[in-house]
Amino acid sequence: MTCLHLLLTLVFAVSLGTPVEIQRPRGVPLTKKPFYEENKPFTCLDGSRTIPFDRVNDDYCDCKDGSDEPGTAACPNGSFHCTNAGYRPMFIPSSRINDGICDCCDTTDEYNSGAKCENTCKELGLKERDVLQKMAEITKEGFLLKQQLIEEAKKGREEKQGKVTDMQENKKQLEEKVEALRTVKETAEQPEKEAKERHLKAWEEQKAAIRLEKDKAKMAEAFLELDDNADGFVSVSELQSHAELDPDADGTLTETEVQGLMGGAAQVDTSTFESVWTNIKDKYHSEVSREEADMSSAQKARDDFEDSEKALREMDDQIRNIEKELSFDFGPDAEFTYLYSQCYELTTSEYIYRLCPFNRVSQKPKYGGSETNLGTWGSWSGPENNKYLVMKYEHGTGCWQGPNRSTTVKLTCGKETVVTSTSEPSRCEYLMEFTTPAVCQEPANMDLLPHGHEEL
Amino acid sequence: TGSSCESWDVKLLQVSTFAVDRGNFKTCDQSAFCKRQRALKPGQSPYRALLETLELSDSRLTLQLINDNNKVHLLLELYRLQGNMTRVKINELKPLRPRFEVPDVLIAEPPTEPLSVLSKDDNGVVLSLGAKNQRLIVSARPFRLDIMQGPEVLLSLNSRGLLAFEHLRLHKDTDKEEDGLWEETFKSHTDTKPNGPTSISLDFSLPGVEHVYGIPEHADDLKLKTTDGGDPYRLYNLDVFQYELYNPMALYGSIPVMLAHNTQRTMGIFWLNAAETWVDISSNTMLDFVQGSSEKPQTDVRWISESGIIDVFIMLGPKPSDVFSQYASLTGTQSFPPLASLGYHQCRWNYNDQEDVKSVDQGFDQHDIPYDFIWLDIEHADGKRYFTWDPHKFPQPKEMLQGLMDKRRKMVAIVDPHIRVDSGYKIHNEITSKDFYVKNKDGRNYEGWCWPGNSGYPDFTKPEMRAWWSSMFAYDQYEGSMENLFTWNDMNEPSVFNGPEVTMHKDALHGKWEHRDIHNIYGLYVQMATAEGQTQRSGGVERPFVLTRAFFAGSQRYGAVWTGDNAAEWDHLKISIPMCLSLGLVGVSFCGADVGGFFKNPSTELLVRWYQTGAYQPFFRAHAHLDTTRREPWLFGPENTALIREVIRQRYALLPYWYQLLYQAHKTGMPVMRPLWVDYPKDTATFTIDDEFLIGSDLLVHPVTEEGSRGVTAYLPGAGEVWYDVHTFQKHNGAQNLYIPVTLSSIPVFQRGGSIIPRKDRVRRSSACMENDPYTLYVALSPKKFAEGELYIDDGHSLNYDTKKEFIHRSLTFANNALTSSNLCPDCNFLTSSWIEKVLILGASKPSKVLLKMDGKETPVDFEFDTSMSVLTLRKPGMNAGADWTLLLQ
Repeated sequence: MTCLHLLLTLVFAVSLGTPVEIQRPRGVPLTKKPFYEENKPFTCLDGSRTIPFDRVNDDYCDCKDGSDEPGTAACPNGSFHCTNAGYRPMFIPSSRINDGICDCCDTTDEYNSGAKCENTCKELGLKERDVLQKMAEITKEGFLLKQQLIEEAKKGREEKQGKVTDMQENKKQLEEKVEALRTVKETAEQPEKEAKERHLKAWEEQKAAIRLEKDKAKMAEAFLELDDNADGFVSVSELQSHAELDPDADGTLTETEVQGLMGGAAQVDTSTFESVWTNIKDKYHSEVSREEADMSSAQKARDDFEDSEKALREMDDQIRNIEKELSFDFGPDAEFTYLYSQCYELTTSEYIYRLCPFNRVSQKPKYGGSETNLGTWGSWSGPENNKYLVMKYEHGTGCWQGPNRSTTVKLTCGKETVVTSTSEPSRCEYLMEFTTPAVCQEPANMDLLPHGHEEL
Repeated sequence: TGSSCESWDVKLLQVSTFAVDRGNFKTCDQSAFCKRQRALKPGQSPYRALLETLELSDSRLTLQLINDNNKVHLLLELYRLQGNMTRVKINELKPLRPRFEVPDVLIAEPPTEPLSVLSKDDNGVVLSLGAKNQRLIVSARPFRLDIMQGPEVLLSLNSRGLLAFEHLRLHKDTDKEEDGLWEETFKSHTDTKPNGPTSISLDFSLPGVEHVYGIPEHADDLKLKTTDGGDPYRLYNLDVFQYELYNPMALYGSIPVMLAHNTQRTMGIFWLNAAETWVDISSNTMLDFVQGSSEKPQTDVRWISESGIIDVFIMLGPKPSDVFSQYASLTGTQSFPPLASLGYHQCRWNYNDQEDVKSVDQGFDQHDIPYDFIWLDIEHADGKRYFTWDPHKFPQPKEMLQGLMDKRRKMVAIVDPHIRVDSGYKIHNEITSKDFYVKNKDGRNYEGWCWPGNSGYPDFTKPEMRAWWSSMFAYDQYEGSMENLFTWNDMNEPSVFNGPEVTMHKDALHGKWEHRDIHNIYGLYVQMATAEGQTQRSGGVERPFVLTRAFFAGSQRYGAVWTGDNAAEWDHLKISIPMCLSLGLVGVSFCGADVGGFFKNPSTELLVRWYQTGAYQPFFRAHAHLDTTRREPWLFGPENTALIREVIRQRYALLPYWYQLLYQAHKTGMPVMRPLWVDYPKDTATFTIDDEFLIGSDLLVHPVTEEGSRGVTAYLPGAGEVWYDVHTFQKHNGAQNLYIPVTLSSIPVFQRGGSIIPRKDRVRRSSACMENDPYTLYVALSPKKFAEGELYIDDGHSLNYDTKKEFIHRSLTFANNALTSSNLCPDCNFLTSSWIEKVLILGASKPSKVLLKMDGKETPVDFEFDTSMSVLTLRKPGMNAGADWTLLLQ
């Protein structure tokens, strides 16, 4: 049980094909070899005590820091170094030595457990280089795209800023125009206003009379329209053709309903039509469209003023929108600008997820049903060293007995701008993976990719 | 899983306040038979023994009783059972129809011992109960039984005249409707009672007893309270949504066993009845202040059940361990679980998909935290059709299971007993075609609402149904299953969302018996059939692991139990201790509570404290409700990850001890997690303690269960004994209240002086990975420099320990400065590659030399001595854990 090889001969093939032998205790990285000198007392790396060298890797823990047992599982806090020639070297907790599970691709962690491990370092190395290569390509292209995005964003920003400046200028002119028109309007309104004030009552009466007159004219006109056969009577059937008069709004205007409107009469003449008109005038649609009476000059001035005021408001809105856009944190080089006012969708087996960056995230059942808000734009919330790797959307629709829905969007480098996955790790807390060139870093020099022999 | 709710509508209406809706569950007053029975007050019993009908065969005495009010005859049967027990059965002499007697709980017909009549006269009969000067006195008028030892009355039956047996009868128009004899309604549910009133009741008096325990499951203190002025303790398996603490309301399981204890004796009463049962407890000690202390304390207990017969086992102890073995001889012992199931279990409603499972599994490795089982709740199945997998979330279950197997880890998937009514579902179709569903009173299949919607409930009381259910766990039937997939039976009370009190209608039919008769045993049968299925799938080779929420007497034979849907609150952490202690006292050792609390989100402090408590309870599983935020151990910052990692590691290091205790529980019925009084029966200071507990006899744990705690006061029992802090090895005297200052990392645990605990201090990814690792022996010396312990080793998963005696069982003794390992099972055969890497002797003095004597040779052993704590460490003695050896300190 306690028989363990104190020293291990490690044989590697370097890229040159020359075998090199390096002796050191099992589990010790090359960098720490000098501390493990054979036949000399070993001092625990924390300096806590010194033990005879034959107690190194003797499957009993003597050092508090675990440094005397780099190659056995004896110490609770030890770590084992595997060289993994062909792949990358790594440390594993020494509790994984001989636990029956292959952790090191070079199989060196399972030297006494009976576990059948195969050396997979070469494959892994190839695979990793392949992946790294692809990643590097993506990063490279992505980074180029990013440069374009930055350029476009810069241009866009300048344009927008220019536009805002122009608009501010136009706005000034508009404001002046509004003021001018206001004066015109007020001047035009003056007589009207004075008349109103002087003869308010008369004015009201006059207005009522005018209304009545207009109504009468309308009534007469309607009578003529309705009297299709021009027999001087409006009949039930003639009125029935006006479906808009349906009193119960059920879509059909029945004969009984019409009779009701006509006060029970089968037909009415111009004099008796007045009572029918009272019943129908609110709903009645004329058969010919007509221009309203000519506008007074005051009315025209008012309209001109209101039009220009509206134009001013619209311009204000536009300016505000552009300023709002300009105020967003689109990244250190504004590389995320292009995502603004765009939306990206991902369809899963059940739902369609929709990410509209800097706006909101939502979810809609694939087969009908209403949309659920999974959060509106909150903030960048990546790690301290790069907050632009994570977006947080908050305050979505509330959950029963739970929090409001929220979504974390993780950004990774990619050539395309796509939502690649969504999940709900906790109830009502969503996670989205999103690729975009905007987070691609400047690629490192390709020549520095590992080739699996830095150990030697 | 689960939560449940009376109906989904109700659930949605529920406001977020956390509390049970008490209105959903009956009080005694709302349960017609309980109300009728409780209206009877103590007094002269109408029952009289007809001594002329006495018949005594070798081991059975029968005697008729007559109720002088209605002239109905009852038949009393008395048995003297082997192992100091008495069985009392009372049934109608000639019932209109047979009355239900609970099958499948007793492991066999209990062996009897001869009874003999010592004397007989007109007033009664005196019977000898064999040795120990014990007698059973049958008094005739009124009928009453007294069990005596010498001049002392141990226990009396019907001494308060509360024997009441509602005989079966024909429906008369004169019966008053308001008594609920032939029909009763609760909320919108009407219970048609075609058999009319059938309830039974009997009282027991316990002179000299002030402390009674047991009758789980209740969210209440360890020591049972008197029920005067309130409701009795209720035993009726119910799915209680968001249960409240410290009250006698029924919960998920029922074990009708009560223990009575005083400094002289421990006794037990086992009331074998599976119908709804209420238990009243009263005590005269409250009156002592008035009457003076001359009166002997006495506890009076009264059992009331809705149907069936009176079948009582009186376990006379006298030691606590005697009561445990007596009860074990009747209903069996705790199943011996696979070693891995004593490790840490990671559960959540729900791990969403295979990817999620994989990343949680990796999370444990990344944070170097061991675990053995990851669990899948109801969402894993395709539309809550158990035995299936959601095709989108779990398209490749075998791939997932293989991934876990590669890490030497395991999985549990839930299989509930409600079956989705769906003609496209194989399980439903087979149950339908075999006519295995429970029927409603009209004979059609009973249907109720549960997780899948409309569901049928298989009739698990049918042996053919159980056999078929078991066969569904075969690898070729349960698609996607593998040998590292185990099972969780939830909702087996059974839970019926739209049923009365969220369970099945009492007039539903299981063959010729009403659900009323069998209710409390339904859950046991579900777990029984599931565990049997797991054993069968391996050809009878592997041990099953099945967790259940509902249980009954005997459930201990089938696996583990947890305390159901608790909440992330400090009081729920506290109550986990008395709840599991109560279960342990009545046979169910493999008990745990959801670590972290099921409902709501725990504070980080509560979560850490709960891990620290759960790691020292037998079944150690974290679980969380669907609506909670994620709480895998590494989500609370590196400091808290480290605290949780540390305590899970402590658990793994102690696995050899836990395993040995489970083996002991399996062999003897001794509880694993114990109240202090079990080991210190004469120390009255221990009788009400339920904020600390023993694991076996040798570890005492006082978990920190107060928010913001800066210290706890632990009672260390045992005058003249010593206890060692397991973290510092500091020695403390017994029989004292010890104040222990605590920080967030503190878990007050003490090892008893006089004990030897084997540990595996090399903690790995899972228990399987530790199989061949060496042991460290922690020898804690008593003041007399003595210690003893055991070491049990087997393959950890198969039944070969039982069928082929493939295990190692050794006794470890330290006496006269020598530590010796000797074989407790010479005809056993098992080889281990584990060895002894280290021996720590606590409370030792420094030897000049240490020698290992083995195979006739003596070899010196290196050692170190820590003077400040008197700890002697023997370095790498290296002997095989299965060998005979002695270590000599000179």
